[in-house]
Amino acid sequence: MSRPEFTAPPQIFYNDVEARKYTHSSRVVEIQERLTERAVELLNIPDDGVPRLLLDVGCGSGLSGERLTSLGHEWIGTDISMNMLEVAQEREVLGGVVQYDMGHGCPFRPGVFDGCISISAIQWLCNADNSLHRPRRRLASFFNHLYRCLKRGSKAVLQFYPDNAEQVEMITTSALRVGFSGGLVVDYPNSTRAKKYFLVLAAGSESSATEFSASTHICGLVGDELLNKPGINIVGRKKARKNLSPSRKISSVSHSRSKRHPDNKGRAWIEKKKSQAQLKGKETARNSKYTGRKRKDRI
Amino acid sequence: MRLLTHNLLASNVKGTTAGFPLKLEVLVKEERSTEFDAAFLLHTLPKLNWSAFRAAAESLGVDKLPSTYPERDELTNEFLRVFHHALLEIEVQEGYLICPETGRRFPVRKGIPNMMLNEDEVD
Repeated sequence: MSRPEFTAPPQIFYNDVEARKYTHSSRVVEIQERLTERAVELLNIPDDGVPRLLLDVGCGSGLSGERLTSLGHEWIGTDISMNMLEVAQEREVLGGVVQYDMGHGCPFRPGVFDGCISISAIQWLCNADNSLHRPRRRLASFFNHLYRCLKRGSKAVLQFYPDNAEQVEMITTSALRVGFSGGLVVDYPNSTRAKKYFLVLAAGSESSATEFSASTHICGLVGDELLNKPGINIVGRKKARKNLSPSRKISSVSHSRSKRHPDNKGRAWIEKKKSQAQLKGKETARNSKYTGRKRKDRI
Repeated sequence: MRLLTHNLLASNVKGTTAGFPLKLEVLVKEERSTEFDAAFLLHTLPKLNWSAFRAAAESLGVDKLPSTYPERDELTNEFLRVFHHALLEIEVQEGYLICPETGRRFPVRKGIPNMMLNEDEVD
């Protein structure tokens, strides 16, 4: 089957038929449970027996939620598809479900959740299902509200199926831009079918988090030690620029071009790149007397 | 929708600052028993907005809750039972949630609150 994201918007794709199919397929159920287990593992909740309140974004028919219940946690789920939520209600899941479009944020008070999981949902944010949808804006809005409704120092683990590398980058940068720290965890990276992406995010700085587990504390310490060690400097972008020779500096300031087209490579370089692309079977613009020439300055 | 969910929800309509607490209008409610878990109740208590919770519980017919946030010595087993009942055992099946600032009405159907916004209500 092709990707469901390309067939229809989520509230239409997950209709009554699809919702029922979803919960009756033992394979789907098994995968969802396994992914939920892994997500909770990555959440790294301290093992003190206290049930936490978790947010499940894109909870659907509550398959992931049921696993959360059996792991001893309370949860609140949101989903855009009413049909999926109705199935969840019929199955009498123990969590609360709310109908909401995650691209509009999260409709919750600030700082109430001890963690967030999401199974196979956030790739839907990369789609524009109508002319008003702007994927980047929807991602920003989602992460912004998610950050707000998480308790400081808690984590969010979002499993998703990206279509391509650009989507991974788009999702990750949107998350980091609103203040989350963290990164991507890839399970089974060498297998095309079993490969799973988990975006693991922490809300708030790790040092201020009081409830962080031992392993994260160790990471934090190592980071501090590195910083204090003599001889290791963390060099930012600005510092690196200062070291450039004056002539380079001027040229980089006057017209900073993109990385793909550095301005000092010349015609030979362009022709080499073109022949490389042709070997790969790609189409290139033909060479002419204008190749590699500087454009006229425009006003 | 249980009162736990209601207490966490906030309206996101364009122009609201807090969007909380949502006024509850109940048409149909249902009760079902769930497992009593004191650890979770004690963990959740500090997260609740007490006045909103108490007002919502009262509108659902639970009037044994203290009017102010319970002190440490008030956390008796008896209190926790009432608290558990109000928080987790009463389901609002049909009704409305009303945004305190904009007056936007969010319907609750079949126990599922519909907080969906129109595109022009998103900021």
